[in-house]
Amino acid sequence: MSLLVALLLVPAVAGVVSYFVRSNRLRRLLWGAVAAFHFSASVVVSLPAPPAVFDGWIGVDSLSAVFLVLTSLLFLAVTVYGIGYVHREPVTPRRDPEGGRLQINEPESIFTGSLLLLLATMSLAVVSRHFALQWVAIEATTLASAPLVYYHRSRRSLEAAWKYVILCSVGIGLALLGLFFIRMTVPGGLDVLTVDALLRQAGEVNHKWLGTAFLFLLVGYGTKMGLAPLHAWLPDAHSEAPAPVSALLSGALLNCAFLGILRVQQVAAAAGMAAFGGDLLIVFGLLSMGLAGVFILRQTDYKRMLAYSSVEHMGILALGVGLGGLGAFGSLLHAVNHSLVKAMLFLTAGNILARFHTKDTLKVQGLCRVLPVSGVLWIAGFLAITGSPPFGTFVTEFTILKAILDRQRWVVAALYAGFLLLVFVAMSIIVLRMALGRSEERPQREPITAVLGPVALAVLAILLGVHLPHALVEKLHAAAQLFGGPGQ
Amino acid sequence: MDATSVFLILSCLLLLGSSRLRVAIRVVAVQGVLVGLLPLVRAEGDLHLHIWILAVVIIATKGFALPWLMSVALRRSRVHREIEPFIGFGASILCGVALLALSQWITASLQLTGAEASGLLLTTAFFLVLTGLFLMVSRRKAITQSLAYLVMENGVYVVGIGMSLESPFLVELGILLDVSVGLFIMGNLLFHLDREFDHLDADKLTELSDASGSHDLISEARE
Repeated sequence: MSLLVALLLVPAVAGVVSYFVRSNRLRRLLWGAVAAFHFSASVVVSLPAPPAVFDGWIGVDSLSAVFLVLTSLLFLAVTVYGIGYVHREPVTPRRDPEGGRLQINEPESIFTGSLLLLLATMSLAVVSRHFALQWVAIEATTLASAPLVYYHRSRRSLEAAWKYVILCSVGIGLALLGLFFIRMTVPGGLDVLTVDALLRQAGEVNHKWLGTAFLFLLVGYGTKMGLAPLHAWLPDAHSEAPAPVSALLSGALLNCAFLGILRVQQVAAAAGMAAFGGDLLIVFGLLSMGLAGVFILRQTDYKRMLAYSSVEHMGILALGVGLGGLGAFGSLLHAVNHSLVKAMLFLTAGNILARFHTKDTLKVQGLCRVLPVSGVLWIAGFLAITGSPPFGTFVTEFTILKAILDRQRWVVAALYAGFLLLVFVAMSIIVLRMALGRSEERPQREPITAVLGPVALAVLAILLGVHLPHALVEKLHAAAQLFGGPGQ
Repeated sequence: MDATSVFLILSCLLLLGSSRLRVAIRVVAVQGVLVGLLPLVRAEGDLHLHIWILAVVIIATKGFALPWLMSVALRRSRVHREIEPFIGFGASILCGVALLALSQWITASLQLTGAEASGLLLTTAFFLVLTGLFLMVSRRKAITQSLAYLVMENGVYVVGIGMSLESPFLVELGILLDVSVGLFIMGNLLFHLDREFDHLDADKLTELSDASGSHDLISEARE
């Protein structure tokens, strides 16, 4: 129990302290130490599921264990990359690559402090088993990450941060209404709003209220998760943020919002409403995939391309869970794969941006010559994110397809396969042109901190495609049971 | 309690009809105080310490601190009026009346059993939420959008009171903290918005749109 609480408190305290530490060296040391501690602690906490603490407000079950370790792992990779990143970032004003205006970065103390607070709030969002506490945590992640999006202090990042805060706050406000409705589901009102309390009384809930609550929570957390058509802020925020932050936003933060939706679907499934929630999730999922595909096709900015790819993958996750059973298993495993690959891609994109000083896909060529490691990572990442073998995403996207076919939902299957193909074609055009070809830029040795994190993530993504660790499969199977449906 | 509800409804109509941002901030401040008083009015003598604390904290933040922050942002920005809203002020008030009717309909269709909920209060609550959302989409100034967010958040809070849902004290504080920090960040961004763009028109934030500025299709065809 104490370790679980330390998991939340250590990054929170370190984050606040970071705002006041003057020495860069000391602050970076603190950052690295917290990341290392958080990763080891979350592994220890997750292996045997410890009992919930604080009257069931906080706890780790098989579902949150997977997400907790994943979040922590990504943060570790981002830390290795990020410490080098802030070291290389200029402290004097410089020209904005797009607008040509002068800009100066935020002080490093604000950056590091907000990053650690983001870790604390994300961990809380993952381990909280109380709906209102989870709500508070998810809204807090928005607030902790807003200064990170605005790190470069350019006009574009300002616009992105404004949209991010306004749209996500309004969305989350609607989710709060949903929480009130959840409390009305049990005659006489629920006294405790924990997941366990709701599951205990799942037999007697009022379906009308639960349905309304589900809708509000889906729209609220769906905004934060980036499900179309509520995704308007996502491409802006994820592309304007600095590379380490983009990696965390896409790889870890979207999962937290997804987990918020998963908890409601878990309750809905226990109350015998799995099909109601499932169909809504499938519709939102397909819409996200299709819309992302269209926007990737005409994309001119490679970071925005990655951001739209996140929208697409959030769609896949929603779709898989909507199916239940095998689909839910595939979806959860896909969340793991997507996080690893997308974080790797965003970090690599940061390397490209640092070398070429542009996000324009047409102005980057000959990547494999100029940046040998990043070039290979860029192609590997493209293959992984579009679900090609031998990466784990191939297995999971195929699993979800099989789940759809098992349900004999032919239209869904056709749309799913079609959208996957669309994204594959669209991304291959952009990525291959960037990676291949000639360039006047001279080849350059890349700093070790800039490639270590992404390489490690890429290796993990391949390993997951070749062999699934038994412990992970066990946890995921247990977690998939929570969402009901046949075919388990 | 009914009197508070009526005042809240009037404050929304005032917001919908006023073009002066300073007035709007004051109205939202009054609204914050009224919302803060609600738990005290509802408790009717059965006043625990935590109800008092909550009321004081809400009134201090929503009634004073946040409106003060907004008025500082306003003073620095040299903007005083909401100019050319997407929906005019007269029409906005008419829309407000329609929203009020809609709120009444929502409350009626919830079919809450009488004793546990006050109908008028719930109507007011939904009206606040809808007014917030309406202001969000119908006004241009970024500062109005953050005020609209506060109005909507007030509404969500009143829904909770209207349904007689007592959240745990810590949760209430957590929600309040989130809202306050959120508005603090918005206020902070407002300063920068004004400096960078020389105005506070949120609808002119279009540098990042995907709908326009797609240059490559044409240039690709040329290549």
